[in-house]
Amino acid sequence: MPFIPNTDAERKEMLRAVGVKKIDDLFADVPQANRFPRLDLPEPASEPEVMAEMRYLAEANSQAQASACFLGAGAYHHFIPAAVDHILQRGEFYTAYTPYQPEVSQGTLQSIFEFQTLIAALTGMEVANASHYDGATAAAEAAILALQQSRGRHRVVMSPVLHPHYRQTVHTYLQGAGVNFTGDETPENYAAFQTRSRVKYLAKCVDESTALVIVQYPSFIGEIEDLTPLAEIAHTAGALLAVVANPIALGLLKSPGEMGADIVLGEGQPLGIPLSYGGPYLGFFATRQSLLHKMSGRIAGETVDAQGRRGYVLTLAAREQHIKRERASSNICTNQALMALAASVYLSLMGNFGLRRVSELCYHHASYAAERLARIPGFQIVSRYPFFHEFVLRCPKSVSEINRHLLDQHEIIGGYDLGQDYPFLANHMLLAFTEMNSRDQIDALFDALSEEAL
Amino acid sequence: MNIPKDLRYTKTDEWIRVEGGAATMGISDYAQSQLSDIVYVEVLPQVGDVLVKGKPVASVESVKAASEVYLPAGGSVIKVNAALSATPELVNKDPYGEGWMVKITLADPAEINSLMDPKTYEAYCAGRQH
Repeated sequence: MPFIPNTDAERKEMLRAVGVKKIDDLFADVPQANRFPRLDLPEPASEPEVMAEMRYLAEANSQAQASACFLGAGAYHHFIPAAVDHILQRGEFYTAYTPYQPEVSQGTLQSIFEFQTLIAALTGMEVANASHYDGATAAAEAAILALQQSRGRHRVVMSPVLHPHYRQTVHTYLQGAGVNFTGDETPENYAAFQTRSRVKYLAKCVDESTALVIVQYPSFIGEIEDLTPLAEIAHTAGALLAVVANPIALGLLKSPGEMGADIVLGEGQPLGIPLSYGGPYLGFFATRQSLLHKMSGRIAGETVDAQGRRGYVLTLAAREQHIKRERASSNICTNQALMALAASVYLSLMGNFGLRRVSELCYHHASYAAERLARIPGFQIVSRYPFFHEFVLRCPKSVSEINRHLLDQHEIIGGYDLGQDYPFLANHMLLAFTEMNSRDQIDALFDALSEEAL
Repeated sequence: MNIPKDLRYTKTDEWIRVEGGAATMGISDYAQSQLSDIVYVEVLPQVGDVLVKGKPVASVESVKAASEVYLPAGGSVIKVNAALSATPELVNKDPYGEGWMVKITLADPAEINSLMDPKTYEAYCAGRQH
């Protein structure tokens, strides 16, 4: 369907209304010399030439597929079944715009409905929305929901082991809203960090002015803690608990919903979406029925038409910004439909058992790696709690130096340099393991790191 | 259009019923019919809250619109209609009865005098029909 909003005649009418003759007149304030600056572009090239140039540029990058990749920290290298891309690229789905009109978009709406159903099941929650841009913006929406719901409360407690980028995004979204953040101040040293990263410490930050507690599960540094006590303390104080969860981990671990979370959100990239700098990624967001009207984003619902046939429509639209205006919880009236479809196809192909298998492989690979790497002199595993598929490795020299060696000498993509976000964690590397990291790859990492041993 | 004779009305289509020092309020039959099927009502204040006239006391969502409900006269909240969260359709079915929203003790009973009587409100509604 055409999405061009106006005709030539309408454009003429608009120009007349603002009092100019032609479009160019609108740019009269831009000095003539700057209006069409000369661009330093190469000569036109043929398609094969462009392809060759692009391939050359692409080859300058390291690729997760071509290397052993141990980098995670929020985005993970998982296997993507071929059917995912095949379905995404069908013309009925592959569009920059998400068509919501039920008369012409039953397939799209059904796919969104199924995505919501899958996310609700995975997180252990009652309702889910059609998705957000990414995990970090979904976290910000959780804070907005909680502040709206609490009416008058102004404190948000964030764990220091909530992903640093997520914390930044929450701060950015809520700047100027008079929100008081606690819990995530950079700890002064490692001992303080250890203390403050625990559920016990966060529970102490909760008071009568707290609207929301946000934690990550597993945490940014890979650790798993039972969140049930934190949920209880938050609820006693009248606050909500939001859990940023890794969806692959939920194939194996107890769901945040079962532990009492009020909101479960996260990054859906591990579910069939490739690693790519800048996205597109996928935020998922699920909550309780009682908070449904405060939830941002689109919601697809199942219904029946006049003849009693099953059909799908956007529902509960009155909560959204285009109707509720400034009184709506959020500005978000869109979703990441194509990526949500990727996640739905991935989860359908994996099934309950398949997802659990992927999750178990991640867990066992990380356990095997921890056991091996701990034996290299000068290296030490510093995760004290059970971890899922990531852990912290203390190194005898700088992480950037080690990563350079791994990449140049062994075609290994090393771990995340935690010193970037936590100054007292210089020389500490966050390593991630998925089903893609075979035992051979982990042994190769052991050998390569052994060359750096003390 | 049902406009009971014993109530007072606002320009934003709330009604208020005064019984002694207390008053009950909700939205009018005209308002519920304009909104059509109401799917969600959130009563905002809690018992004990002291509110001035004009403060939002409820948020109503229908299948086609969302709108705020304002307090016709100031006072302190003595009761809120908890049934509306589970059965918002009561506002459609019985706007002046089971669809009530908030009960208050009036801070200044004289405030009621500035509200529209049923006759004025009827004319006001008729003026908006087209």
